[in-house]
Amino acid sequence: MSDRTQDPAQDPHLPVPQEDQDASTTVEAMGVREGMFGVRGTGDTSGYGGLVKTTLFPGASRRPYGGWFDEVADALEARLGATDLDGAIERVVIDRGEITFHVRAQDLPFVAQMFRDDEALRFELCSGVSGVHYVGDTDRELHAVYHLLSMTHNRRVRLEVGVPDADPHIPSIVSIYPTNDWHERETYDMFGIVFDGHPALTRILMPDDWPGHPQRKDYPLGGIPVEYKGGSIPPPDQRRSYN
Amino acid sequence: MASSTDETPTDYYASGSETSDGRVFTVTGQDWDSITAGLGGLDDVEERVVVNMGPQHPSTHGVLRLILELEGETVTVARCGIGYLHTGIEKNMEYRSWVQGVTFCTRMDYLAPFFNEAAYVLSVERLLGIEGDIPEKASVMRVLLMELNRISSHLVCIATGGMEIGALTVMTIGFRERELVLDLFELITGLRMNHAFFRPGGVAQDLPPGALDEIRGFVALMKKRLPEYADLCNANPIFKGRLVDVGHLDLAGCLALGLTGPVLRSTGYPWDLRKTQPYCGYETYDFDVQTWDTADSYGRFRVRLAEMWESLKIIEQAADRLARLEGGPVMVADKKIAWPSQLAIGSDGMGNSLDHIRHIMGESMEALIHHFKLVTEGFRVPPGQAYVPIESPRGELGAHVVSDGGTRPLRAHFRDPSFTNLQATSVMSEGGMVADVIVAIASIDPVMGGVDR
Repeated sequence: MSDRTQDPAQDPHLPVPQEDQDASTTVEAMGVREGMFGVRGTGDTSGYGGLVKTTLFPGASRRPYGGWFDEVADALEARLGATDLDGAIERVVIDRGEITFHVRAQDLPFVAQMFRDDEALRFELCSGVSGVHYVGDTDRELHAVYHLLSMTHNRRVRLEVGVPDADPHIPSIVSIYPTNDWHERETYDMFGIVFDGHPALTRILMPDDWPGHPQRKDYPLGGIPVEYKGGSIPPPDQRRSYN
Repeated sequence: MASSTDETPTDYYASGSETSDGRVFTVTGQDWDSITAGLGGLDDVEERVVVNMGPQHPSTHGVLRLILELEGETVTVARCGIGYLHTGIEKNMEYRSWVQGVTFCTRMDYLAPFFNEAAYVLSVERLLGIEGDIPEKASVMRVLLMELNRISSHLVCIATGGMEIGALTVMTIGFRERELVLDLFELITGLRMNHAFFRPGGVAQDLPPGALDEIRGFVALMKKRLPEYADLCNANPIFKGRLVDVGHLDLAGCLALGLTGPVLRSTGYPWDLRKTQPYCGYETYDFDVQTWDTADSYGRFRVRLAEMWESLKIIEQAADRLARLEGGPVMVADKKIAWPSQLAIGSDGMGNSLDHIRHIMGESMEALIHHFKLVTEGFRVPPGQAYVPIESPRGELGAHVVSDGGTRPLRAHFRDPSFTNLQATSVMSEGGMVADVIVAIASIDPVMGGVDR
């Protein structure tokens, strides 16, 4: 985790922290954005094509988190401390009033079970899993994001698991939250994340023999050029556009 | 494959007897005797019959495919096949600006377009950090349209559910009232469905003149018409005979399978995000969460019927507030986010207001640049992710929206309640009669546009 926190002194792309900046805010580099109009080389007469900007996501938060976030984190630490899984939570991110626990992939079933069953946590309902493909997050390209809801305490948390594109395996939590049956199938279908232990991990939205996983960033949108009054408009993913 | 040298042309469709497992009979009805007679001569006969229902069947709520294993008329295994309406909306949204995304997601659950839009724009607003800046009038208009939409969606559920069990009058009156709601939508947004009316920062347009009178007239009419449903169905012995104790799912089953909405409330648990985790100012409206305690299809019908009354209460309150807020802004004040022009009716229909065109073309070069940049490039959203769930007519609808700081979403995923709730098909219908499968699915009220997205 510490090697992923960027040091502004070493990276020219990062903004220099201001004196009055809150010490508890950190950032997490998730990729680099280059150019502005999708134009490269000699076609770029504006100079904006040379822009380079690091994509900075909200990074790990530090205690105190505030509100009930600390109660949940305390309960979690107390339970994890009793086991040998101290490192199961890679970091905790609090952003825009939502709390995200980044969980180590192999510990997800244990953590999910705890979130469901622990009296202080009691997250009875899982709102499913959503995949995200962060191309620039090296060795953690594919993220699975779970939203849990505690109806007892009226709270929501997010669990996030990042796995490398080369070995996209996450343990299934269908045995803990049966609702994730179809959600995990959809995430496998769309991103190619393999949920080990799922009772029947097959495609669900795409045809069974479909090649590729459509929601990945390296999968093209598809489409054909549209001609109108002599002009030809390329499909959306091939148009010049702001990035 | 180097074949086709023989005389017979290749048949691209499997014939009636070609299958990987067992014999196939094409059943058209009234021919059970001939089928059993056909099986009689075989030694390896087994009782198990696999019936493929759909994807094109009038009783499967769109292109839903059911694979049923029957023993006589009893369902032993029920499975769903979905994906026939997958349109790649989530993928497409990654190639459009943040504002354009609304026009895509409104098409997902086509019976509840405003809820799709609301889940998306609320998530985008949280990412932008402008949740507190939304004008009150925009929030009230959103609530008004969502509650009208809840009525029209519940009406379709009750109407099609009635049609599927042969109660055609329920269908005709259900669609009669739904039409009135769609007329209101057309008056306010210009379209009957696929509105794209909610935008990040507010709504696209102010209410047209006379809209509040129409809404009040509709509420008054609905108060006369809604009792008709109760009179027709509530104590109807045939209706109850088909619905009572069918599709049973208790609270523990609902939570394990992630079911929310009327199915959850029919178990007696008053979980409604409008009350428990309010958004758009729902905490300031006076309404009750409706529950039932039978956890069956009949209970879900009664919950929906009662919720329409609650929606009418909210609509009345919203209409009163809108009367007070006449002339107020409907879009966030931040001109870096707000769509630059408001639409207006012109000689050639709906379009950019002439005042705005005059302003950018004749008066202010800066305004023209600003308009151009917002329309072609759009605004940028700070990196991060947000998940804002709302209470759609079918349960928890949430949009997980991720931004990488660009002008387009990195990812927009919708947790659609139809998709999740449809998983209960097996547990609701296995062990029951084949005719009850239809009733159980109708009580879930899945909309395939939302399931497949």
